Amino acid sequence: MATIADDAPAVTEPQTLNKKRRSVLPYLLLIPAITALLIGMAYPLGWQVVNSFMEYGLQQQFGQPPVFVWFENYAALLTSGEFWTIAVRSIVFMAVTALLTMGIGIGFALLMRVIPTWSRIVLQVAMLLAWAMPIVAQMTVWNWLLDDRNGVINYLLSKVPGVDMIGHNWLIDPLSFFGVACVIITWASVPFVAFSVYAGLTQVSEEVLEAAQLDGASGFQTLVRIMIPIIRPVLTILLLLQFIWDLRVFAQIQLLQDFGAAGVRYDLLGTYIYGLGIGRGEFGLASAAAMTVMALTLVISWGYVRQLLKEDEQS
Amino acid sequence: MTRNKTLSRTIGAAVAVVLAIMWAFPVYWMINSSFQTTATINSLTPTFLPFGGTLRNFQAVLDETAFFPALGMSVAVTAIALVLCIVYASLAALAIARFRFAGRKTFVLVVILVQMLPAEAMFIAQYKMLAGFGLLNSIIGVSIIYLAMVVPFTVWMLRGFVAGVPVDLEEAAMIDGCTRMGAFRRVTFPLLAPGLVASGVFAFIQVWNEFALASIILTEDEKATLPLWLRDFAQTSNLGVTEWGQVMAGAVLVAVPVIVFFMIVQGRMAQGLVGGAVKG
Repeated sequence: MATIADDAPAVTEPQTLNKKRRSVLPYLLLIPAITALLIGMAYPLGWQVVNSFMEYGLQQQFGQPPVFVWFENYAALLTSGEFWTIAVRSIVFMAVTALLTMGIGIGFALLMRVIPTWSRIVLQVAMLLAWAMPIVAQMTVWNWLLDDRNGVINYLLSKVPGVDMIGHNWLIDPLSFFGVACVIITWASVPFVAFSVYAGLTQVSEEVLEAAQLDGASGFQTLVRIMIPIIRPVLTILLLLQFIWDLRVFAQIQLLQDFGAAGVRYDLLGTYIYGLGIGRGEFGLASAAAMTVMALTLVISWGYVRQLLKEDEQS
Repeated sequence: MTRNKTLSRTIGAAVAVVLAIMWAFPVYWMINSSFQTTATINSLTPTFLPFGGTLRNFQAVLDETAFFPALGMSVAVTAIALVLCIVYASLAALAIARFRFAGRKTFVLVVILVQMLPAEAMFIAQYKMLAGFGLLNSIIGVSIIYLAMVVPFTVWMLRGFVAGVPVDLEEAAMIDGCTRMGAFRRVTFPLLAPGLVASGVFAFIQVWNEFALASIILTEDEKATLPLWLRDFAQTSNLGVTEWGQVMAGAVLVAVPVIVFFMIVQGRMAQGLVGGAVKG
């Protein structure tokens, strides 16, 4: 590699790194990364766009090529009660989980500001442990915690006088199923929010807070009028990320279904698309549904994308 | 006044400890259960401390299940994706951090947008693509997709590290007779080492933990990666009497390496994602 570069004319003369100079070098440097993205992302994405306009029916299962049907898949989806039920359910799940995570995370960050250092470190270590758990390990452990007969959660709840939860299965009733999913995802996501908000809060200068105190502001007023406005950019991005992550949640729901009850009643968009495509072979419909989810995600995340672009321009 | 403050600090500390117990409990319970005998596990009263524990669960997992083949798969897939990712991403990071060229902005936009795309909405397409190539249930197939999954984030992270290495150093090396690439290789790359480690660990964690795509692409039992192995292990034991002690031992084996690596880079975790916003 060095010898090739030694002979390259572009690198023999410059004494400074003139950034405007025309050179093929940056393009060469990008080739491997672009190739990887073309194969792993662009090609499947293209396939998906094309196939969201194709019909995969009974004949296709017997080897016929799929038929081009324009927007029929999208029309079929958007007029299907099942799709809407699941879409609305996913959005509600996303909103509840994201807001819960944000609320608890911000609470943790505020708490970490006022407590003695040793207790803050204890809390931080505990959160790091939860954060670091691989999803499959998380779900397996929670499944054990919630075990109907020997699970520690049912045991502890049964300690409350008048409550007998031994033998209660948390994953049968759909509402309870999603409640469990929401609790697990919140448990796993709070650390990221808490650490980020805490990092943001350390940027708020002491002088500003002291000035507010001297002017007679109460703790609550300082929080609402000074601290939150200063860290608003952080909060916005965190909320966006939580929305995106909770909308596309797949692994947790899939694993809960694997361990507990399965079926459309327990589906969110991710598992629904999976069922349409892999389960039923409806690749056209699945592609259309995936494109819809993708569009929804991009709409939600546009603010974050702009923020990152701005960051790139500043550097 | 001060007395009041001390009191509220003490209450705050107590609350923090309770919350810490709640958050760490599932992890603790995994470890605790992994050391207990089947009889202890199946008793109606949970045992909260691992005293009198046994290593038999770990032994059973290692001897009687397909743990090692799954470990081998995970290592193979992660190694391929990780090595290529680091090489490809550091070259691309050099390009966007050190050069201003036509099309640069487009590439940066693509890098950001790809990170936003829900991977979960691409699985069907990626499955069909690999099926078309005849690469289902193959290490190469799943590595190709993982590579594309982790490259954008790694490029983005390394871009910041490259920008942190002063251009002057490269210029000095070039005045001393280095070529452009020689300056990158001899000066910038060694200084990039902490960045390469940090972004490498991130990519490692993502690939090592990946479950969803693997569950679709690697359907044959002998091709399972560790997350799939753990799921299958927990599921098959669900059919009969669940050996929760063994399942938890499996979970410990899967989780502990990740937790260790995670602790190494945790400081950068929050920074990387919201760094720009924190700076204002």
